[in-house]
Amino acid sequence: MSARVGIVTFPGTLDDQDAARAVRLVGAEAVPLWHADHDLKGVDAVFLPGGFSYGDYLRCGAISRFAPLMRELVPAARQGLPVLGTCNGFQILCEAHLLPGALTRNASLHYVCRDQRLKVETTATPWTNAFAAGQEIVLPIKHGEGRYVASADTLAALEANGQVVVRYLGNPNGSLNDIAGIRNEAGNVVGLMPHPEHAVEDLVGAPSTDGLGFFTSILKKLVDA
Amino acid sequence: MARVIVDVMLKPEILDPQGQAIARALPRLGFSGVAAVRQGKRFEVELEGPADEAALEEVRKMAETLLANTVIEDYTVRVDQ
Repeated sequence: MSARVGIVTFPGTLDDQDAARAVRLVGAEAVPLWHADHDLKGVDAVFLPGGFSYGDYLRCGAISRFAPLMRELVPAARQGLPVLGTCNGFQILCEAHLLPGALTRNASLHYVCRDQRLKVETTATPWTNAFAAGQEIVLPIKHGEGRYVASADTLAALEANGQVVVRYLGNPNGSLNDIAGIRNEAGNVVGLMPHPEHAVEDLVGAPSTDGLGFFTSILKKLVDA
Repeated sequence: MARVIVDVMLKPEILDPQGQAIARALPRLGFSGVAAVRQGKRFEVELEGPADEAALEEVRKMAETLLANTVIEDYTVRVDQ
């Protein structure tokens, strides 16, 4: 078995070190991936962390989408490579059309930074199999552009196919259908606005260690494979 | 040298909280008679050559690929006179 999880760093990425630490905490290997390389280094899964890649210029994730590394990642994800994007990572996955819809300015126009109650809606992804369906968890959120929007048809399809992965309990940003995270049709690509990588250790004052489930999920998926 | 203008606007059905905030601010500043405001982006693309149909088609491709996210935004392309 191998459980090598690539962590992508773009210019302006903030959460790559926390993500790498969370990957190591559950016993997997964290492999740094650089935005300017055409090289996925043979990793078994990829984590796209949050931050402000390319300064959020134009639109969040709009420029990152064309980074050399993304030219490798997009076809690999379409072939089934497990990919998780959080916050800016979620925005990048939407801009890259690996996930449907888009993330727009919070309805309140305020940046929100708080502990957020969430409900795990589906465990049928490589990133959420360690949870129970319907489980309530608490993770930090911190974003100004987290309002999930999609066409009525896309929303209906997401709901019908069980592609809503995480839902807000108390909507912080005006996301349609309280959507905090979704998956692609195949299930291998997941994006969410909350930050599991910031909620893996009691020591740092995180609201919970509920984020660990995302990392134990991918480890289990890779070890069982 | 020709200049091509690309206007990018959120689709009508997408909430524009920034435009709404501007619309709410206008009466406070003494401007009346405004029913609604939508905020968008304007790109000025300077071409090396003339703005012929081939060049405009290229600018449309730029808009489709990078300048607009067509999931949530519409764009228009026109030559600056």
